[in-house]
Amino acid sequence: MRMKRVAALAAAATLALGMAACGGDSEEGTGAGSKSFAAGSTMEKLNKAQKIKIGTKFDQPGFGQKGLSGKPEGFDVEIAKIIVKELGIPEDKIEFVETPSKVREDVIVNGTVDLVAATYTINDKRKERIAFAGPYYEAGQNILVKKDDTTITGPDSFKDGTKKVCSVTGSTPAENIKQYVKDVGTQLVLFDTYDKCRDALKGGQVNAVTTDNVILLGYIAKDEASFKLAGDNFTKEPYGIGVKKEDTAFRTFINDTLEKAIADGSWKKAWDGTAGKFGAELGSAPTINRY
Amino acid sequence: MNVLIDKFDVFAGGFWLTLQICVLAAIGALILGAVVAVLRISPVPPLRAVGTGYVNVFRNMPLTVVMFFAAFGLPALGSNADFLRIPGVDALFTRLGTDLPYFRFALIALVLYTAAFVCEALRSGVNAVPAGQAEAARSIGLTFGQNLRYVVLPQSWKASVVPLGSVIIAMIKNSALAGFFGVVGDLSATADQLTGAEGYAFIPVAIGISIGYLIMTVPLGALLDRIEKRQAVAR
Repeated sequence: MRMKRVAALAAAATLALGMAACGGDSEEGTGAGSKSFAAGSTMEKLNKAQKIKIGTKFDQPGFGQKGLSGKPEGFDVEIAKIIVKELGIPEDKIEFVETPSKVREDVIVNGTVDLVAATYTINDKRKERIAFAGPYYEAGQNILVKKDDTTITGPDSFKDGTKKVCSVTGSTPAENIKQYVKDVGTQLVLFDTYDKCRDALKGGQVNAVTTDNVILLGYIAKDEASFKLAGDNFTKEPYGIGVKKEDTAFRTFINDTLEKAIADGSWKKAWDGTAGKFGAELGSAPTINRY
Repeated sequence: MNVLIDKFDVFAGGFWLTLQICVLAAIGALILGAVVAVLRISPVPPLRAVGTGYVNVFRNMPLTVVMFFAAFGLPALGSNADFLRIPGVDALFTRLGTDLPYFRFALIALVLYTAAFVCEALRSGVNAVPAGQAEAARSIGLTFGQNLRYVVLPQSWKASVVPLGSVIIAMIKNSALAGFFGVVGDLSATADQLTGAEGYAFIPVAIGISIGYLIMTVPLGALLDRIEKRQAVAR
């Protein structure tokens, strides 16, 4: 019941926000479709087409999750909507495409989507194939354990080779934890989704699940009696918006939009209606990195 | 295509693990499948019903579901499949003995699923033996067991080589699912690892793992062709 009310409130807030924005637009005479961008730029192309394809995750509570409503919801989705609004495209013209971690670079390079907002950690390896705008959030990797477990206090607890930890195949957290385990073959379990890791933790096949704190907080929020975090974040995971590598103009535009959203409070508002509901700390706004 | 050279050790490691799964699963499925086949052709109706029931359940259930039952159902029932830690065997196939049970879970699922098809392949071979052979054997006083051992199975084996080969090849390909149920580092999980975490382009990685599976399946197919030629029943 409580979740329903929160959801209703969030919906009302979004609606109010949308209407306020519309009012502002008409006063300034810059309604959707009438924004102007440099000729030949991605922004102009998208604005003219009046539609956009955005890659996000459908299974990440608080960031991008497709629930029973049939539409993805979360912080990534809200950030994407802020960018789309700035492009002068109506919200209902966004096509969200599911992009699991392993295809994120490919869909950008192939042009399947126009941008990717999907708990996408900025790192140098990925920068070789695509470019990042942002970061718009800085998460950190943490460890989820059973509530009564006192033996795991941080990543160093895996070093003696007895504790088993679960993560998702091909994810950054899975790579990070490898340097803390003694033997990957016997200590690390990888599934295709974190839900399966959570079930394995509950079933006792693994001692811990590791990924970004915000995802783990989502699980704790749903089942406070069973789980807790072990220790503090031990990495910094700046989330960025993925775009084509050579499209510097589009990247600059997104960076400007993010800076504006942070300054005018819409960034915080997006958080409060999504991952913020799980009790996750938003922290201070990250500094946009215009590399 | 550099990924194939740069990450050769990753591909090789994945290949080795998949090979381990396949060898063990093939042995298990052939044994269990033979047992089920004997049940299905036995003269005792309740045993026949057990065999038929087994085949109908596992042949008609998607492997993904069987894997789900093994990976998440067995722990719920309190089993970590420790009976598969066979001393000696686990020294060669080290994953059998590790504390992480997912290798064993995947093995159980593959064996259960494939055994149903092995049973049917063997039974098709038995059906290919002229009924008069079994009748003649019975008429000279051989028991059911002797009948199978000396008359029916030796002949049926020749007719089931080809379908059995297809079943094992299908099983090798099916083993790719294990990577999604907690088996770290098998050939299919290797692809996720390289494209997801390390950002390599999908196509060269996919070509790499395809080569890995082809190395296992194509020679097996060629071998079966030779066996078939050598053992062919002249009719």
